[in-house]
Amino acid sequence: MSHIDALIAEDITAYLEAHENKSLLRFITCGSVDDGKSTLIGRLLYDSKMIFEDQLDALESDSKRHGTQGENIDFALLVDGLSAEREQGITIDVAYRFFSTDKRKFIVADTPGHEQYTRNMATGASTADLAILMIDARKGILTQTRRHSFIASSLGIRKMVLAINKMDLVDYDEAVYNRIEQDFLEFAEELSAGIEIQAIPMSALAGDNITEHSDNTPWYQGPPLMEYLETVPVDDDRIKAPFRMPVQWVNRPNLDFRGFSGQIASGSVKPGDRVKTLPSAKETTIERVVVHGGDLKEGIAGQSVTLTFADEVDTSRGDVICAAGEPAEVADQFQARVLWMADNEMLPGRRYLLKIGAKTVTATVLDLKFGIDVNTLQDKPAKTLGLNDFGVITMALDQPIAFDPYDLNRETGGFIFIDRMTNNTVGLGLIDFALRRAGNIHWQALDVDRIKLAEQKEQKPAVLWFTGLSGSGKSTIANILQQKLFAMGKHTFVLDGDNVRHGLNQDLGFTDADRVENIRRVSNVAKLMSDAGLITLVSFISPFRSERQMARNMMTDGEFVEIFVDTPLEVAEQRDVKGLYKRARAGEIKNFTGLDSPYEAPEAPEMVINTVEQSAEDAADKIITWMRERGWFEV
Amino acid sequence: MWGKTNLDQNWANSVTSLTHLDRLEAEAIHIIREVAAVAENPVMLYSVGKDSAVMLHLAVKAFYPSIPPFPLMHVDTTWKFREMIEFRNRKAKELGMDLIVHSNQEGIEAGVGPFTHGSSRHTDIMKTQALKQALDLHKFDVAFGGARRDEEKSRAKERVFSFRTADHRWDPKNQRPELWNLYNARINQGESIRCFPISNWTELDIWQYIRREQIEIVPLYFAGKRPVVEWEGSLIMVDDDRVPEELAKTAVEKSVRFRTLGCYPLTGAVESTAATLEDIIQETLLTNSSERQGRTIDRDQAASMEKKKQEGYF
Repeated sequence: MSHIDALIAEDITAYLEAHENKSLLRFITCGSVDDGKSTLIGRLLYDSKMIFEDQLDALESDSKRHGTQGENIDFALLVDGLSAEREQGITIDVAYRFFSTDKRKFIVADTPGHEQYTRNMATGASTADLAILMIDARKGILTQTRRHSFIASSLGIRKMVLAINKMDLVDYDEAVYNRIEQDFLEFAEELSAGIEIQAIPMSALAGDNITEHSDNTPWYQGPPLMEYLETVPVDDDRIKAPFRMPVQWVNRPNLDFRGFSGQIASGSVKPGDRVKTLPSAKETTIERVVVHGGDLKEGIAGQSVTLTFADEVDTSRGDVICAAGEPAEVADQFQARVLWMADNEMLPGRRYLLKIGAKTVTATVLDLKFGIDVNTLQDKPAKTLGLNDFGVITMALDQPIAFDPYDLNRETGGFIFIDRMTNNTVGLGLIDFALRRAGNIHWQALDVDRIKLAEQKEQKPAVLWFTGLSGSGKSTIANILQQKLFAMGKHTFVLDGDNVRHGLNQDLGFTDADRVENIRRVSNVAKLMSDAGLITLVSFISPFRSERQMARNMMTDGEFVEIFVDTPLEVAEQRDVKGLYKRARAGEIKNFTGLDSPYEAPEAPEMVINTVEQSAEDAADKIITWMRERGWFEV
Repeated sequence: MWGKTNLDQNWANSVTSLTHLDRLEAEAIHIIREVAAVAENPVMLYSVGKDSAVMLHLAVKAFYPSIPPFPLMHVDTTWKFREMIEFRNRKAKELGMDLIVHSNQEGIEAGVGPFTHGSSRHTDIMKTQALKQALDLHKFDVAFGGARRDEEKSRAKERVFSFRTADHRWDPKNQRPELWNLYNARINQGESIRCFPISNWTELDIWQYIRREQIEIVPLYFAGKRPVVEWEGSLIMVDDDRVPEELAKTAVEKSVRFRTLGCYPLTGAVESTAATLEDIIQETLLTNSSERQGRTIDRDQAASMEKKKQEGYF
């Protein structure tokens, strides 16, 4: 029984008092596949007695079934949780692990090695205080080591352990250790300034320099890993920074209490402090710092509190309460570094939702200035950012936000991009600085073409061409369809006889020549509208095949959708909504389609709507389904 | 009642950094508030266990002086310990929160229970199916759960905001990146989110926090004389007359307590004399087997939890 166990057994209260006030260190382990990350974490859990007997039993049987260590325990199996990973022997997602010692509680994010999981690694890094970079002593610094240290340092990690692992396989050779450390220090000069690096020679498998100094490395004078992790100072820079708190929730239980709830992002706050709420820039004084169980004399970074003001200042979710003397900046155009995390690439001109603090706004990517090769850290020209690409962009928001540059404040300078269609988190961003409104904006660099216009509307343009007899139900269906598309957030316009013949085509009659000219003009208007990115619903009798073919030829391939509203003449005539059939039969209207002018039914329309069997409502739904199945609403 | 925190003492001494419990608490409160602010129709799944007790306490703290702006929901398999039900009803009333209790009526009518249908069918019908029914019935878009990442290997990889498809499935290979404390709670029609505010807590953290905050928990966690029988390798309590007669006849009084609480026939008791929180923590720290060992459902097969989760188990 260790001395810890003895204390637990003898004086549990003393043990608990001591352990209630431990500090917390969050770290990530990263490096290439097979460098031994999972083995190291398994070892830390094992050595800090965080593995129970039943888990050990399961581990032993798993080791025999899937393990890579023969009859020995495969510590990696403790960490690689998902069965798919166990089968493939790799780690595909961040796994969070917990262990504690007398001095600290640790949260470990074990992050994947493969390049295609860089985004998962960034997920782990965003909340870490420290990074352990695993290096295989036989292989030295690899591309992946460089990529991971770049991402870790970009995300603000200032402490790194260079874990030079598998020293047992290089005979614990000091020269190997020295060379790798030197290589890394040279490379690290290109990373952000102020990074502390501790190199430790170790073998996670054999247990060298993990919890105790190893006899195999007498030449190494530094601390073993566990000692370093227990003692490395985690100065919370956030507490020294100016006060910031994004408002998450307005707390209003009754008319007498109005508080603003949030987690203090940086600095501290106490009653009497002058504060400014941004972006409105109104100033007030803090009255109370409320938590359950009694007010605080002072709230500090990291705490979740509720603030009340001395006077009524209109403040809502997403606003940032700041120290009045040192407020955050407010702007709506920025330069930022972005790590793209989605298969669909980031395109300049496209709009995304941007979430920063408790605020969600719409952002348009103006320009991708350049990409950064995460393996060499060199700038490279780029037109788009694909999965796991890193680049520098400029962007504009639909409204101003409060922010600090990311390098000054991780909490108020980091943001995520959310795709407006899929709702997925597609990128992370680090704000560098605000752009001046008039100055260096690159709108002109952006070709606003039909593709961009459609993307902005998040739809594919279409010309839905309804053809059929007078009274067949074309306009009724088109109008219902437009309402439905509108409700889906689609941008549409209906062109029909009523709004075209009374204006643009008021000089045209109903002779065959005029009918052709009518359709020619309508087709051109529809073409312009589809260039503008709209879904255009054209509702015209358009009796002749050749004119409908002309319209089809005019449109971009695939955008023309011919919908034959197939209503028999008897039915249309019976409906006679506008009384036109009656007048035509009476001889008052000449050249009436279906009576004394022909209607040429389409031979191969994209859709046929039978209005006898289905309602206009059902017809509209059918069209939407047809479009959805063909990917019309995915961009 | 809710305990007074020791924050005052802390701040009086002008503490400049937070302890691990302070940080876990602040993180959980942030997560709970975020859901309240963005969800259209959130609910807190309340299992009446110690993790739920901590989660509920955190919710109360998050919104003080307001009452948490969402209801509690208990999926009642009808096989829970009677003491749990009493505790649940009293707690909701004390806090002034709405309590929704849902049971699978078809399951009840079919007489489903662990003794007759086995643990895995019982759990599937009365717990997993019942939960899906309840979420569909009330159209909740976000449901809080008290799961922790240290409980089990597949949970170690789950996000705090965990997405479920319209048929409640979890896709472990397609999880959204979760950066900083910026949670993306946007979903499409029919999808939902399970949100785990105490993801980063360990079992020891839970106990320490219960002790620090003096949070009331169901007395079954403390040792007491209870009638128990041996069934399928576990010591289970005879909580009512639905235990088969043959089995019930073998009951003996023993001093036992429970490390987790669920359906009484599926919850193994441990012999113990731990009567105070300190005793329990002491036992927990010195024990040799992990918490879930008492739960029969996890032992069925390797990676069983991951499989159950993909199917919609919480």
